[in-house]
Amino acid sequence: MLTLPPFEYHAPMELADALALLQKHAGKVKLIAGGTDLVPNMKHRLFMPEHVVGLKQISELNGVRGEGGFLVIGAMTSIADLARNPRVALLFPSLARAATAIAGPQLREMGTLGGNLCLDTRCVYYNQTHFWRKALGYCLKKDGTVCHVVKGGQKCVAAASNDTAPVLLTLGASVELASPNGRRAIPLEEFYVADGVANTVIEPNEILTKVRVPIPRAGLVTGYQKLRIRAAIDYPSLCVAVAAQQQADGKLEWVRMVISALGSKPHTVKRLEGFQGRALDAATIAELGQAAHRQCHPLTNINVETGWRREMIPVFVRRAFAEAMK
Amino acid sequence: MSGVVGRRLRKLDSLKKATGEAVYADDISLPRMLHAKILRSPHAHARIKKVDFARALKHPGVMGVLEGKELPGKYGIIPWTQDETALAVNKALFIGDEVAAVAAVDELAAQEALELIDVEYEVLPALVEPEAALADKANVLHEGNKHGNVTKHVDLTFGDVEAALAKSAAVVEENFFYAGSTHTPIEPHCAVAQYDGEGNLTVWSSTQIPHYVHRELSKVLGIAPARVRVIQPFLGGAFGGKSDPFSLEFVVAKLAMKLGRPVKCLFTREEVFWAHRGRHPMKMRFKVGLSKEGAIEAVDSKILIDGGAYSSFGLVTAYYSGQLLTGPYQFGTYHFDSTRVFTNKPPCGPKRGHGSVQPRFAFEVALDMAAEKLGLDPIEVRRRNFIGQNVKTVNGQQITSNGFLQALEAVEKASGWKERKGKLGYGKGLGVAGSMYISGTAYPIYPNDMPQSGIQVKLDRSGKVTIFSGASDIGQGTNSQVAYLIAEEIGCDPRDCTVVAADTDLTPVDLGAYSSRGTFMVGIACVEAGQKLWALLSQAVGEKWGVSTEQVDASWGTFRGPQVDQQMSFRDAVQLTEAKFGTLGATGSYRTEKLGGDYRGGTIGASPAYSFTAHVAEVHVDVETGQWKVQRIWAAHDCGKAINPTLVEGQIEGSVYMGFGEAAMEEMTYYPSGLHKGPSLLDYRIPTSVDTPELSAMIIESVDPKGPHGAKEAGEGPLHPVIPAISNAIYDAVGVRFTELPFYPGQLFKMLKEKKA
Repeated sequence: MLTLPPFEYHAPMELADALALLQKHAGKVKLIAGGTDLVPNMKHRLFMPEHVVGLKQISELNGVRGEGGFLVIGAMTSIADLARNPRVALLFPSLARAATAIAGPQLREMGTLGGNLCLDTRCVYYNQTHFWRKALGYCLKKDGTVCHVVKGGQKCVAAASNDTAPVLLTLGASVELASPNGRRAIPLEEFYVADGVANTVIEPNEILTKVRVPIPRAGLVTGYQKLRIRAAIDYPSLCVAVAAQQQADGKLEWVRMVISALGSKPHTVKRLEGFQGRALDAATIAELGQAAHRQCHPLTNINVETGWRREMIPVFVRRAFAEAMK
Repeated sequence: MSGVVGRRLRKLDSLKKATGEAVYADDISLPRMLHAKILRSPHAHARIKKVDFARALKHPGVMGVLEGKELPGKYGIIPWTQDETALAVNKALFIGDEVAAVAAVDELAAQEALELIDVEYEVLPALVEPEAALADKANVLHEGNKHGNVTKHVDLTFGDVEAALAKSAAVVEENFFYAGSTHTPIEPHCAVAQYDGEGNLTVWSSTQIPHYVHRELSKVLGIAPARVRVIQPFLGGAFGGKSDPFSLEFVVAKLAMKLGRPVKCLFTREEVFWAHRGRHPMKMRFKVGLSKEGAIEAVDSKILIDGGAYSSFGLVTAYYSGQLLTGPYQFGTYHFDSTRVFTNKPPCGPKRGHGSVQPRFAFEVALDMAAEKLGLDPIEVRRRNFIGQNVKTVNGQQITSNGFLQALEAVEKASGWKERKGKLGYGKGLGVAGSMYISGTAYPIYPNDMPQSGIQVKLDRSGKVTIFSGASDIGQGTNSQVAYLIAEEIGCDPRDCTVVAADTDLTPVDLGAYSSRGTFMVGIACVEAGQKLWALLSQAVGEKWGVSTEQVDASWGTFRGPQVDQQMSFRDAVQLTEAKFGTLGATGSYRTEKLGGDYRGGTIGASPAYSFTAHVAEVHVDVETGQWKVQRIWAAHDCGKAINPTLVEGQIEGSVYMGFGEAAMEEMTYYPSGLHKGPSLLDYRIPTSVDTPELSAMIIESVDPKGPHGAKEAGEGPLHPVIPAISNAIYDAVGVRFTELPFYPGQLFKMLKEKKA
């Protein structure tokens, strides 16, 4: 069996204690939520922290509750709890759907929303054992200097592979990050950056504590579609999340689309302002699909045909809207 | 008749597996046991100049190391092509090839020490594609091989193929590609060795061939076979992936001998991919000629087989790629030309349906294409070519029982073929395919006149029946089968049988779990042993009751005579018999008759009985995305006689599942450097329960004249038709044909787009 490198495990009860541990062991520490991403990555020697800080015991990181005009979801809420939460299903069907599409039942019980949002980017040349990566000659994300996806590439293009991120982006969510200096809330839109080595702005001394999603007004429709080869236990080859706010007369107030699993950052489709005031009919949706298609250029960071992943974008946009308006 | 055979019974060990009580190789832990890890080559082809253990030996916890030259003896499953050593002596031949080993107090220390072994390599050009390996005369993987990088070439002709093609009304000529696939047993390979003060070596190994492991350990380690004991514990699946001797068995044995402590080695999942021995990639060109009436006049194939770095079963693979295609249909003439080539990749070997799944895919698709040209229904064309019972195939194989027509009819009926074929509308389709497979092979792997299978039975006066069986239960239920068959003969309750299995010190030799030989060959040995005991039991009990032996009957632990008061427990019957004859025991064995065509290689593929299968698959295609879904597969399999129908259905379902995975998503792919693209169960996808189609397993019983109670194989045959049936169904649905595996949705999307354009 692949072994875990040795480490010291900490299980603080309070967030402050967890933050103190991060500070104390800076550079040698990793946080563990459900462990479904970190543990295999440690076995692959992608991370060899001397200290691991478990977040399970910190009660303030758990739970889903209404707060003002927001639904606040604790970072340690399990993916399974998210998938079966009735309020989530009622308010944000696309989020429930994305949660259900993650991995398999056992992994959903272990995995958490915070963990999914902070999921390390994935690449066929990266998520491998140390022996394999050594035989390859390593890559620029870890231990090496070259990119095997983009020949001569200087920037890592490992794929954002979290199912919940594109959905929460369409919902206008924000995240709260705690550090010894206090807490800051930032829109999820500003949380991700286009860098496959580290695609979030979270600082090493910070902990993602909660996700705040604005509770929608009447007329919001949401949808999520995931392309994968296998019907379960498969990271996305393509994710399409859509949300549209319709007015009482059915006209669009705004529409958002986020396409992910293609590059290192979930791509929020730009220049959709022109759709304001239009009806969400077949012609509009087809145009939205084309807009998304034009802006997305997948790379061979996974072993699934790149051309097909791209061609599926307009199809999945249409299906996501069809599901949204059901 | 005692009513055990043919009944649905639970496997004798199923609860042990369900509760976790079963002991697998990795569950074995011995006092003072060390853990070994194997260092593997990061180069696809490299000469080993120097191995330096100095740093590794200083690592805390390291107790010993091993390099290739300490175990120079060559081994391999086929005696004529032994080209493996436990650790590379001179050259490493693929990325993942074994180079050195280390034993340490725990797995982590051993793994860390691997990083501290310094190996100096001279990197040689890697030959990754079989065409390149075939053409390269200078760069030879196995230096000294007089055929360069060719491992085996077979060219056999039966009749005038050219003339037959010339007069055929419809000729199909097509290229096919079968991507390699691997077994993915859930249990990785594991071995534990102990060497005692008396010079006895015991190796527990997750193997499906304890007898060959026994022979090879003795030879390579230079220990008398009587001093070597191989024990196969519970096995977590094998599918052909554990039917070679593997490096870890030699490594733990040698380290245990060197260090005087027990040693264990457990492969990681990635190492299982390096050990591989899975299905060979094959590039196949098929020419199939049919008469106006649909009769198969000629079949001509040229096949390039990508063997990977070592021979393994490759000699057999080259033959099987042609020899096993000649049923269930009559071929007018036949020619095949198969070449297996060494490449710098993990070695291929036997995977469920060894050697014949690939050409079966090609042929059954080509047959559909030919039928279409003639305007014939795909089921009808197969029916018209039925070879029949008690006939010889074009290449001289003797077919006894043959339930193919019944199987074809069963799937035709169950799928509603007649009513639904061609009427499902665009995007939905039905496809059919048939196949045959062997029930063991007549020719033992090493030539000898001894039995292929043996059984010893001990009857105890307690009523306990202990059966010593050399056969390997790898999950298919051989141990249960052995108990059912003995119980059937001697009238005991099968649950009162203890089966002691696959332990070379305790059990008679059986050649192993391969070639679908278990039920047939071990079964015949069981029947023989059981009948010997029954002769004694019935005589003793008959005498007691004053009736003839024919009037004594027994079932499920109770003996009965013709009178109502003539009744006795099995235990009393044993005591009566033991009193009369002394200590009770019997043996049974299976010897192969001489079979096969009278030509070089004619015995390879010759089996005492053949199984037959027919499948219909219903496929729905999402024409916008290219994604396709098998709605249901109807699989009818002629197993001769189902000794336990539940186990037969399990084998049919498991086979269909495995074939479906190969059709849908499984593929061993490599970068040009020879590095596997994803040796893990995340990247090498196998279907989950959500992906798996609905299955209807149907049992056809042709009652073979030679098989035990008429039984034939059921474990491998039912895999064959799945893949061509799905390809044919996709064609029926959307009018494009998959001639290459796997049937990726992205590829179908592209094909549909091209067709539209």
